[in-house]
Amino acid sequence: MNPQKDVLPTSGWGRYPVVDSVVHRVRWQSDLSTSQTPPATLAQGRLRSYGDAGLASSVLSTLELNRFLAFDAETGLLETEAGVTLDEILQFCVPKGWFLPVTPGTKHPSIGGCVAADVHGKNHHSDGSLVSHVDSLTIVTAEGDVLRCDRSEHSDLFWASFGGMGLTGFVYAVCFRLMRISDSRIEVETHRTADLAETCQLLLLTQTEFRYSVAWLDLLSRRRRGRGLVMLGRHASGGPLDLHPAKARSIPALGGLLVSRPLLRMGNRLYYRRQLRRTQTTVMHYDPYFYPLDGLRDWNRVYGRSGFLQYQFVVPFEAGRECMEEFLDRIDGAACSLAVLKTFGEFPTGMLGFPRPGWTLALDFRRTTQTIEMLQHATSVITAAGGRVYLAKDAVVTAEHFMEMYSRVEEFLAIKHRYDPRSRLRSALSDRLGLT
Amino acid sequence: MKPSKTSRALILGARSEIAQALAHQLASEGVGLVLGARRCQSLQPVADDLRLRHQVDVDLLEFDALDLDAHASLADRVRDLAGPWELVVCVVGTLPDPVRSRSSSQEAAVALMTNFTGVSVCLGQLANDLEKRQEGGIICLTSVAGDRGRQSNYVYGAAKGGLNVFLQGLRNRLVSAKVHVMTVKPGFVDTPMTRGMPGLFLVAAPEAVARDIVGAWHKGRNVLYTPWFWRWILFIIRWIPEPIFKRMSL
Ligand SMILES: Cc1cc2nc3c(=O)[nH]c(=O)nc-3n(C[C@H](O)[C@H](O)[C@H](O)COP(=O)(O)OP(=O)(O)OC[C@H]3O[C@@H](n4cnc5c(N)ncnc54)[C@H](O)[C@@H]3O)c2cc1C
Ligand SMILES: NC(=O)c1ccc[n+]([C@@H]2O[C@H](COP(=O)([O-])OP(=O)(O)OC[C@H]3O[C@@H](n4cnc5c(N)ncnc54)[C@H](OP(=O)(O)O)[C@@H]3O)[C@@H](O)[C@H]2O)c1
Repeated sequence: MNPQKDVLPTSGWGRYPVVDSVVHRVRWQSDLSTSQTPPATLAQGRLRSYGDAGLASSVLSTLELNRFLAFDAETGLLETEAGVTLDEILQFCVPKGWFLPVTPGTKHPSIGGCVAADVHGKNHHSDGSLVSHVDSLTIVTAEGDVLRCDRSEHSDLFWASFGGMGLTGFVYAVCFRLMRISDSRIEVETHRTADLAETCQLLLLTQTEFRYSVAWLDLLSRRRRGRGLVMLGRHASGGPLDLHPAKARSIPALGGLLVSRPLLRMGNRLYYRRQLRRTQTTVMHYDPYFYPLDGLRDWNRVYGRSGFLQYQFVVPFEAGRECMEEFLDRIDGAACSLAVLKTFGEFPTGMLGFPRPGWTLALDFRRTTQTIEMLQHATSVITAAGGRVYLAKDAVVTAEHFMEMYSRVEEFLAIKHRYDPRSRLRSALSDRLGLT
Repeated sequence: MKPSKTSRALILGARSEIAQALAHQLASEGVGLVLGARRCQSLQPVADDLRLRHQVDVDLLEFDALDLDAHASLADRVRDLAGPWELVVCVVGTLPDPVRSRSSSQEAAVALMTNFTGVSVCLGQLANDLEKRQEGGIICLTSVAGDRGRQSNYVYGAAKGGLNVFLQGLRNRLVSAKVHVMTVKPGFVDTPMTRGMPGLFLVAAPEAVARDIVGAWHKGRNVLYTPWFWRWILFIIRWIPEPIFKRMSL
């Protein structure tokens, strides 16, 4: 294994925080033996987590661990090394009539990173998070043991690793089930809603009928906060099995203007109004439906050097809309450039997994000291309601709030110590949240 | 002379990143592969990946360039393992530490033996097999370092330079047997061999180099500098008169 000589400043997708890091590229499973790896370390995927989850002073990058290991064309069972990206998986499976069972809003993460965050997609209410589709993991522990983990063997490690943010061991390979499709397009129904109440109601009413659903919210509208577009989707059938295009455009030089307040407000209004009819039906390729932002390369740079924060929380349905309204009252809504609302269904997740039944709202903010304080402050609304914040996107939550939000921390730490007795695995996130 | 179609290629030194990029490039054109390497079992994931992505046959073969006695039977062993084959791609190479190779005879000897003796003896044996069958070809990676000796890496350079001459002769000999030999001289490539080394510039990606190599092979090129501009850089370096060159620190 060859350590890159220089210490590189690295950051997640939000470009905040920045951590100086020595990057070791892993090429072979044998590179993970204890004699080869540095004493303190962390697996790193494609750095599509927003905050500090993938950052540490010394990391093992999975960039070159990108091999397909096995595929059963009858059942759709696929095993790959952890560094394979969702993009590569789509290239492999779409032409054969298969699709990712769960996908986040970008196709660039590695499958290992998706396991570590137990990612969810627009279909959580129908299909759950990634763990529901994974048969087994091959994990190399911090002590160099290679373990095959599933629901019966080393099941503690299996369940701790989903949502475990790399702190339980190095995921070498993932074996999971793809979903059958007969068309690469999505039938999309878009509804315009008048306010948050209507948006929520529509999301609930359409759950059984549509596999995918998500709502984009206009939080900048002064009178109608929470009005928006509810986008419902299901796989089309009997059409072409076309791949997504390989190229993405770069952001324009003055892209930063796009996230300035007056333009944001205007942009939101235009986006909301672009749809004239209340309901509109179209058939579109999966790429613009699932990955609208992937079309613009490095769009995270529009926020400039200071970077940005994404803050995603889930609150139980019972606490519901009132809790979201209270949270929005606490924050300066005008600082928020993007808001997306989804529902989570009743499905299993890992010990520190994020999804639980309820409403989940994701918000983007330009990063300033004020926004960080504002969000830390507003987090108490979430904890009081029995909700939690998504670690894969987080950079601001305090250790106290974290312990309140995630009830299985003790159990998680016990398993971490069992497989990592010398506490070799650590990240900027684990230091911040007291998980080291 | 344009080489004929290949059904199976033997890649020697297959653990190298350039070798793996070449394997993908060839497999994407439907060429089956035999991956020869030391500790070849470690290449299992690579073989699985090639099979799944490109639907080609892939076999693994234990191969050590320094095991000189084994080279005579290599052609037959590949045939026994995988059936007919037409192309050899030799990527084997080792870059000794320039300082250590002054004091350590072992370090210098291994570099000379691997880069020159091992590779040329092996390719010589395989050439006999191809010559008999009057088909196929040889692609061998040497280095721009073989074009002129420099204080920073002349042990490596000497072996690669010797290999250049060997391949030149082999090309000349095999032309009448319709067997094509292509010499590839890469510049700096981003692989574990060079990663972290000081003074690198114009570093190419293994994938780009692999694409270049396979493209040039189809065109029937004899000597390829890759990326292309190294031909001109080396043209200038070779041209510098020795009285000046010997005082330079390159
Ligand atoms: C535009 C955008 C949209 C997104 N939308 C969604 C969404 O809809 N739903 C959702 O759930 N997420 C979403 N995400 C978040 C993203 O899916 C996760 O953060 C994912 O973990 C990123 O994977 P990565 O390969 O980039 O990992 P990194 O960011 O490099 O690492 C993330 C975590 O995974 C760990 N990790 C990585 N590889 C391994 C391994 N081999 N073994 C053990 N641990 C490992 C790291 O230690 C770290 O803790 C989105 C991100 C972006 C940028
Ligand atoms: N990288 C560059 O900048 C550069 C520049 C010019 C030329 N080249 C040449 O390009 C080729 C590929 O290099 P690379 O950069 O990919 O380097 P690399 O990763 O070090 O690959 C060299 C390969 O040769 C193999 N090898 C060494 N000794 C061997 C032996 N006795 N028997 C069998 N295999 C042996 C190594 O196998 P193990 O894995 O078993 O050690 C290794 O896989 C080499 O010939 C190199 O000289 C490289």
